[in-house]
Amino acid sequence: MSPHNKIDLEPPVLTHLLGLDGVPEPVITEILDTAENFLAVLERPIPKVPSLRGVTVANLFFENSTRTRISFELAEKRLSADTINFSTSGSSVAKGETLLDTVKNIEAMKVDVVVMRHWAAGSSKFLADRIDAKVVNAGDGTHEHPTQGLLDMLTIRRKLGALKGLKVLILGDIAHSRVARSNIFGLLNCGAEVKVCGPATLIPREAESLGVEVIPDLDEGLKWCNVVNVLRLQLERMSQGLIPSLRDYQRRYGLTRLRLEKAAKDIVVMHPGPMNRGVEIDSNVADGPWSVILSQVKHGVAVRMAALFLISGREKDEG
Amino acid sequence: MTTERTKACIIDRVGMERTLARLAAEIVERNRGAGNIALIGIRTRGAPLAHRLAKLISSLEGGKNIPVGILDITLYRDDYLISRKTPKVRATEIPFDIQDRAVVLVDDVLYTGRTVRAAIDAVLDYGRPDRIQLAVLVDRGGREMPVAGDFVGKKLVTSPGEEVRVHLEEVDGRDEVIIVELSSESA
Amino acid sequence: MSNFRINLQQTGWHCLTDERIAFIGARLIDPQINLDAVQDIIIESGRIAHIGKFPANWQGERIKAAGNIICPGFFDMHTHLREPGFEHKESVLSGCLAAAAGGFTGVACMPNTDPAIDTPGIVQFIRQQAEGQPVEVHPVAAVTKGRKGEVLSEMVELAECGVTAFSDDGSPVASAGLMRRAMEYAKMLKAVIIEHCEEPTLTANGVMHEGAFSTRLGLPGWPSVGEELAVQRNISLAGYTGGRLHIAHISTRAGAELVRRAKQEGMNITAEVTPQHLTLTCEMLTGYDSDFKVNPPLRETEDCEILLQALADGVIDCIATDHAPHTDDEKAVEFIRAPFGMLGLETALGVIYTKLVLSGKLSLTRFIDAMSVKPRQILNLPAATIAVGAPANLTIFDPNLKWTVDRNKMNSKSHNTPFHSWELTGRAVGVVNRGIVWMIKQALLCYPEQSEVSRPLFQMSASLRSA
Ligand SMILES: [Zn+2]
Repeated sequence: MSPHNKIDLEPPVLTHLLGLDGVPEPVITEILDTAENFLAVLERPIPKVPSLRGVTVANLFFENSTRTRISFELAEKRLSADTINFSTSGSSVAKGETLLDTVKNIEAMKVDVVVMRHWAAGSSKFLADRIDAKVVNAGDGTHEHPTQGLLDMLTIRRKLGALKGLKVLILGDIAHSRVARSNIFGLLNCGAEVKVCGPATLIPREAESLGVEVIPDLDEGLKWCNVVNVLRLQLERMSQGLIPSLRDYQRRYGLTRLRLEKAAKDIVVMHPGPMNRGVEIDSNVADGPWSVILSQVKHGVAVRMAALFLISGREKDEG
Repeated sequence: MTTERTKACIIDRVGMERTLARLAAEIVERNRGAGNIALIGIRTRGAPLAHRLAKLISSLEGGKNIPVGILDITLYRDDYLISRKTPKVRATEIPFDIQDRAVVLVDDVLYTGRTVRAAIDAVLDYGRPDRIQLAVLVDRGGREMPVAGDFVGKKLVTSPGEEVRVHLEEVDGRDEVIIVELSSESA
Repeated sequence: MSNFRINLQQTGWHCLTDERIAFIGARLIDPQINLDAVQDIIIESGRIAHIGKFPANWQGERIKAAGNIICPGFFDMHTHLREPGFEHKESVLSGCLAAAAGGFTGVACMPNTDPAIDTPGIVQFIRQQAEGQPVEVHPVAAVTKGRKGEVLSEMVELAECGVTAFSDDGSPVASAGLMRRAMEYAKMLKAVIIEHCEEPTLTANGVMHEGAFSTRLGLPGWPSVGEELAVQRNISLAGYTGGRLHIAHISTRAGAELVRRAKQEGMNITAEVTPQHLTLTCEMLTGYDSDFKVNPPLRETEDCEILLQALADGVIDCIATDHAPHTDDEKAVEFIRAPFGMLGLETALGVIYTKLVLSGKLSLTRFIDAMSVKPRQILNLPAATIAVGAPANLTIFDPNLKWTVDRNKMNSKSHNTPFHSWELTGRAVGVVNRGIVWMIKQALLCYPEQSEVSRPLFQMSASLRSA
């Protein structure tokens, strides 16, 4: 088991949410169950609870991500937490301040929880080892994006029932995707089967060491799966020489209506957004009957509320 | 090592039936009929009590359907951030509009009053009821907030070393209210 | 020198400057002359004056050394002393202190300083800094001016000032054409080219070994093939030019196999391996601890095993530390941003002895051969031998001394050791070189009440101070 998260099994306790690697099924289930109740809260006339009154949450975004930041902010407000936001795309770094100094400065304003998006893998673990506040990883480089993984799992669970035994295909740039990793770890820990599909240059050489099978042919993958999670293709992969062109990528790995119809079965289509329509996913798929993409967004708020709620209720280093 | 010893049985099975019947009658009387009443049971044991009271009220009122909801107050607790363990969040089910209704909160034991405070806050997030009343099986004193029961099955005076345990058929397999004595002698 | 002595005393060392010193009852081992015997050894005026039974009428300081091993002084042919330019990480003096604490009597320091070691002036400057220390410092000069990989440094002039090895370490010589010319030119000077074998187009951005763990951690990988290709390129060029090639810090099984094959074909190449690549694996990076970030990166268990085999049977000639100090502030950043490198001088002996010698995987004589004999041969330096009349250049270590590595108690200016909290057996208790005998107080205090033969050392030091 990976040491990323401090976990006590009886009862399952999560002190930080740094990733889903090594997080056992009961912990994931507790988060998802709690999220279901927050979904109900979000449906009420007053979609807000006082649970985190007096808790201050800092949203630190060292990389642009409007969606994730808004989702976290809304989750915090729905829980009555106080929030502060810090966004930079390298500005304080340019001034020579280190990540640790930046965060220590913010923590000195009496912050209880730090939600951090950062471009460097391992940066949330780095923080969790060094500050007193609890840390929620909102995406660390190409490592993990646990709340995205959880919201994807909640979406699948609500759509198809239990996760155990389900077949999930993750399609696209696996090598550089934190969404892929969190999905893989979380789904496998909950007993689902996962295969990955994409061009060989975007599949890690040792992908199978994660416990997944590589399936190079998309049609075959669609024939196999219950759910396909389509990853965003970062356009910079072209300049890095990993794919020759978007067109070339789309020909073999773009999810089209034709491919889904050829598979001739019920397949749930997910995408973490933002989408490159016409590249990794066609509009008539994204907006079609297969898609649960907008429920994913709604579930994101509930899952983040659950994660923030559950880690706030625990003393750090509680035994 | 905490040991506990049953000190007394306050209400037995028959006593429970009689008490609930009286509470149902009082609720109807105070609200001048059941026309506007909705019962909301506070998890865990308030829920079955609310269902039983609803059935009793309904039979008093000629089979009229009495709406029943279930409330989980975990998200409204004032000790959430300081308690050492996290209680499980469970569903709240209020499948009716509470606007302008007479909401009767139902719980098994009234003690510090903090649960009721949280429940009132929670109910208010679902709308604006005409009034909120409180029905409890046992009031054991020891209030930490200015809260009083409108309909009380039995009033007790207990000491801090004692606990009131309500057992219900639906949850525990039997109906009774007992007082247990806790002592922290080592075995 | 006085500066250095104060340093050493503060950290628990004692300097014995007596003209005549005797070590009584140590096990003397010198693989070069098949010496392995418990004998007394007497040092007078910096030379070995006597080996054998202790003469009854001899006058001088006597140190009872039973249970200790005395061997030719360890030499680390791959150290980063960081001076000039990065004195906040290490200086020549602090590096000498760390080296002596680790049992080394000599080091070769790499030229990735600022400015790079590419002129005689800088070579002389570094040597001057180490004057009067028991640790000799031999600067390795840059292959190319400023280590920029563009034009050759002035090797003739550098060789005339005593440089015997050239390297752009820190980075490889990326251009094969330039490497060919470097080997040809160095061959003319009988100098060796020490190459950091890395194919940069395959390792760009890589921060750890490419494999299962880099995949799991989402960190850019530095694949084994990036070393394999570079090793092959350099072996081919050495074969073509007849130049002397030494492969630095070899880390992969494929690299080791290429060296084995080249040697079987009779090629005159040599190679070194570090303690970390023999004992640590990429699995240890799961906590994103940048003290484990090193270039070349930590590989897999199988690599460790094959490297060890190659070291044991002589395919890999020697052990070098790649001692690379960085401050805690520099290391306490995002893993991707943290500098490569780890300390090595003070832990090499203990780590190799505990993990490889005590476990029977590496013989004691081969260990001493790889720590002191081979590095001097590769660099064309005078041998250190245990023979009457030879300069006393010795390492004294206690193979039974148990100690725990503590990153906060390093003699180096920096603390970035991956071996923090390791419990080791075997530690240097002293070094002898250039007429100086340095002993670790702590270590010798483990032998109380030996007053018949020698006085406890702390008393001796008191008498030195009053004198
Ligand atoms: Zn190097």
